[in-house]
Order: sequence, then structure tokens, then C-alpha cells
Amino acid sequence: MTRKKKRILAVASGGGHFIELLRLSPAWSSCETHYLTSLPGHADSIASEARLHIVRDASRWNKAGVILMAIRIFWLLLRLHPRVIISTGAAPGYFALRFGKLFGGKTIWVDSMAAEDSFSLAGSLAKRYADLHLTPWPDLAVAGSRRYEGSVLG
Amino acid sequence: MIFVTVGTQLAFDRMLRVIDEWAGSTTPTPEVFAQIGPSEFVPKHIEHKAFIEPTEFAERARAADAIVAHAGMGSILTALTYGKPIVIMPRRADLGEQRNDHQLSTAERFKGRPGVFVAQDETELPAILDSLKDLQAAEPIPPFASPGLIKAIRDFIDEA
Repeated sequence: MTRKKKRILAVASGGGHFIELLRLSPAWSSCETHYLTSLPGHADSIASEARLHIVRDASRWNKAGVILMAIRIFWLLLRLHPRVIISTGAAPGYFALRFGKLFGGKTIWVDSMAAEDSFSLAGSLAKRYADLHLTPWPDLAVAGSRRYEGSVLG
Repeated sequence: MIFVTVGTQLAFDRMLRVIDEWAGSTTPTPEVFAQIGPSEFVPKHIEHKAFIEPTEFAERARAADAIVAHAGMGSILTALTYGKPIVIMPRRADLGEQRNDHQLSTAERFKGRPGVFVAQDETELPAILDSLKDLQAAEPIPPFASPGLIKAIRDFIDEA
């Protein structure tokens, strides 16, 4: 009997956050994998059986862009209904966790290696919606809320 | 070949000007390719392009002798993965180079790590560029995160 694969949505804006996300990808090798990013060129760096969805990234200063991005991500989550949503940042990840949780998904937020507390708006918003919150730096672990389980560097 | 990159979002002319000047005043002229972002500054002495695709980014990093970059995680992780020495110079918010100063703390985090060399600002960069040939890379890091981190995520997914 074949068991249906679990569906996961892995989210990161294009560039560094996506490179960090891919370093975690063995964790969901047995899942039906969907990626969401802002840079179409990342299509070449993901596993061939994974799907890539694109959303236009918007800075927090561009309100219309942020709202449009949120709507697009809302529809994607409604359509895909992933069991698990994971993100390394930034704004697209926050919306994906928030809406994913709304539709009953389990959520994981992994802080970027570049995200010190005071700097990451998306991170500080997203952690409220994260069932699992991990940090890549041991000294940033917080008992009971943010765990350090190992390095992104390997 | 030296691969220069400023990342996917913003220009970083404070770094580029120094590199361009250095390339123009060094003999023999060093071979440099620079990904310069949405920059108004046009380098005179080095090959350059505003943006490159992720695949070309990886290829250029792999082919490079050394990488000079803003202190972004994509650049640092790529250099470490391919075992290339990387010089990083942090962007600064007070100069309008980024919304916040997270690159200053990234530079602080990676300072002293084998294969990573920090130029705190444009005044420190020329001397590091002069010594680029002698900078030692570290052993390449594995392509994926640590087994412990992967397992923590996989266990959570299995439970979900």
C-alpha cells in the first residue's frame, strides 16, 4: 500500500534566504514539495520533482505591493492546503505561515543567519504563527520558545 | 578571476568604486567580474552586469579564485560551500545602503572564521584586495545544514 505523501510549502524570498532554505531541504525529501519564492531563476536549483511558485516580493514601504503579495499568498495557501509550511524569511514567509496556520497547517520558522532580533520585522511577526521556531545561532536560543538544534552551515 | 557581488536587491557603490579604482591601478590588470545591482555608478575597469540568475551566480562563484561581496548570507554561504576565500564588506543603514544594520552584525559573526575576511569599510578594502592572492580558503562546508537541524525539522514534519 502506498501512503500519500505529505505536502509541504517551503518559502523564502529570492537570494540569500532561499539559499538558506535549500540547505534544510533534506528534511522534507519524502514530502510532496512546493517552493514559493520571488526569483524565478531559482527553478534550476530545486529538486526536479518539486514545484516552484513565484510571488513578487515587496518591501515593507510599498503598501500596495505588500497587500498584493499577501492576497497571492492567501490564494496559494487556500489552493495547496499544505500540511506543513516552513520559511527562512522574509515577508512572503510571514504571510505563508500566517495563512497556512489559518488553514490548519503546521508551521516552522527558521531565523535567517543574518536575522538578529532587532532587525527582522518579518521574523518578529512570524514567530507568533510558528509552531516550531528555530535559530541557527546557539546564543540566540530562548528557553521554551526558540530552539537551537544545529547549524545551517553544516 | 575575482567575482564581485552586491546581492539581489540594492546597489553598493561604496564598495564598487574602491574595487574599480583598485583594478584600474593594479598591474597586471586583475580579471574581475562584478554583479553590481541597480547601480548608477558605471565601473570603468571591470566587467559588470546589474543582475545574474542564481545558476550563473553559482557558476561564477565556483569558477572564481576569490569572492568580494556585501555581507549577505547568500554570498557567504555560496563562498563557503565552494571553498572560496571571501572578502565581505557590510552595508550601512545610515548611508542608505540598506534598511537596517544587519550586515554589520553578520560581519561581526563571521569575523575570524577561516576563509572569511572582513573589510569594515572602504578604507580597509584596498589593502585586503592587494593581498587577495594570498588569502586562504577554508575547506568547503557540506551542501546541507547540520544533521541535528535537519532531523529536528524532519521529526516535526513527521509528527504534523
